[in-house]
Amino acid sequence: MDLALKDLGEYIATALPNEVRETAVARGELTVVVHRDAIVKTLKFLRDDANCQFKLLMDVCGVDWPGRERRFDVVYNLLSLVHNMRIRVRLETDGEIPVPSVINVFSSAGWWEREAWDMYGIPFADHPDLRRILTDYGFEGHPLRKDFPLTGHVEVRYDDEQKRVVYEPVKLAQDFRGFDFLSPWEGAPRLPGDEKATK
Amino acid sequence: MAETRIRNFNLNFGPQHPAAHGVLRLVLEMDGEVIERADPHIGLLHRGTEKLIEHKSYVQAVPYFDRLDYVAPQNQEHAFVLATEKLLGIDVPARAKYIRVLYAEIGRILNHILNVCSYAMDVGAMTPMLWAFEEREKLMEFCERASGARLHMAYFRPGGVARDLPVGLAEDIHAWNERFPAMIDDIETLLTENRIFKQRTVDIGKISPEDALDWGFSGPNLRACGFPWDIRKAQPYDAYAEMDFDIPIGKNGDCYDRYLLRMYEMRESIKIIRQCLERMPHGPVKSDDHKITPPRRGDMKVSMEALIHHFKLFTEGFHVPAGQTYTAVEAPKGEFGVYLVSDGTNRPYRCKIRAPGFAHLQALEMLSRGHMLADVVANIGSLDIVFGEIDR
Repeated sequence: MDLALKDLGEYIATALPNEVRETAVARGELTVVVHRDAIVKTLKFLRDDANCQFKLLMDVCGVDWPGRERRFDVVYNLLSLVHNMRIRVRLETDGEIPVPSVINVFSSAGWWEREAWDMYGIPFADHPDLRRILTDYGFEGHPLRKDFPLTGHVEVRYDDEQKRVVYEPVKLAQDFRGFDFLSPWEGAPRLPGDEKATK
Repeated sequence: MAETRIRNFNLNFGPQHPAAHGVLRLVLEMDGEVIERADPHIGLLHRGTEKLIEHKSYVQAVPYFDRLDYVAPQNQEHAFVLATEKLLGIDVPARAKYIRVLYAEIGRILNHILNVCSYAMDVGAMTPMLWAFEEREKLMEFCERASGARLHMAYFRPGGVARDLPVGLAEDIHAWNERFPAMIDDIETLLTENRIFKQRTVDIGKISPEDALDWGFSGPNLRACGFPWDIRKAQPYDAYAEMDFDIPIGKNGDCYDRYLLRMYEMRESIKIIRQCLERMPHGPVKSDDHKITPPRRGDMKVSMEALIHHFKLFTEGFHVPAGQTYTAVEAPKGEFGVYLVSDGTNRPYRCKIRAPGFAHLQALEMLSRGHMLADVVANIGSLDIVFGEIDR
């Protein structure tokens, strides 16, 4: 299986030399990293090429890496029923320049791209209906970004005087507890002399 | 004659509507009683599951998966547990695999009973709901006896299952399993040839094979269009490779086919449950790597090592090597996938949940356009939509 995936990765890299940045097989899964502007062409190729036939787009999602220059990944997971194979296409983007929407290749991408916009603020170009999807009407911010606090910024309650639900800034009765049990030894920085211990 | 301008009619369906199967707000634009446009507003049940999971250790994340598709909680846990195990690179004892498959199939029957019966109620048949829910109750009792919880089991764990089946449970499941086909027959006599049911479902919400692929369909909804695709067969996980079962497929891809398919799938699940119970091996139910699974309570009284393992597991949890995986299982509603990104710490860096219902509901507008208002209800029911997993 790994071998077949490796061959497929090489085949895709040869067929799309200017679009594909790298291919890798890990844990029996093939990942293809492409340039941002090449995503539509790549997915069209993967869908229509006889050796690929990835006719089903199973998922589109964002991943946030705040330390990176282009902080977001957009990940497309595809499935080929004919060849019984999966492939993951990944691209890197910042929050500024929009990613071309693949809605003309796979109609199912519509809501997933809306979700990526809602959750991460990744803009998509040529999307016919890029509204928020999961968050509240009038929500501000993009909740799955790593710098968005787990508690959020506003809370709601029913106000008996105004006879409606009101939004207020979050008030925490006690400090937010992170429950970070990460071992201090494993996470410790390297100290001078540590290199002797590994030798 | 003076020209009359006819304006389309906007109708707000839900969020509180018994036929919306949860909290779906559907803004319908209608020309008389014909749907011109349907705009589902989702997210009214959004609980930020993915964000919460990023702040929890891997074992603590398991219960969140129960609360996604709360109709068949086991199958979601299964996907997450398999994804974690894939990243950890560990294997699971054979008995645990059989128990997981057993409960995954119980979850499938739980789901299909609820779906078929509530769907029948949506289109006017009351009795199936009253009859079959008793069976659901019995199944949930089996869940309770294994895990302590009727609904949200949190029973599948990375490395195996939480604990072994109690004495006598296997026999009781077996006895129930032999009786249950009679109940399926009863429901079929009520629905399958029922004139009203057929009028409401045959040729309604018909989807072509091309459209089904384009809209990312999976599970029974995809098979109803004639694709013999089932992850349990195509990419078998746990003990499914050793099971002997058939994949029913539909011909027309309409609401009626989707109903028939679920009825057949329940019969196949019965076969799998029977095989699980007959062939279930003896032995441990969780991996003996106690960096990942908790040690036995008895060992902790005498072994310092076991005590340390226990303490570390329930405070820090285990570390998962950096990497990413997309692992999917055949949940009753379709392909339930978990895209898990690990950065080498004790918490998932990113856990994207691919819910089958999300893709199916997205296609509702395409399915409903040109149909009557009452057919929207039939479509929602036949697509098998539960908002816990769509809104996450």
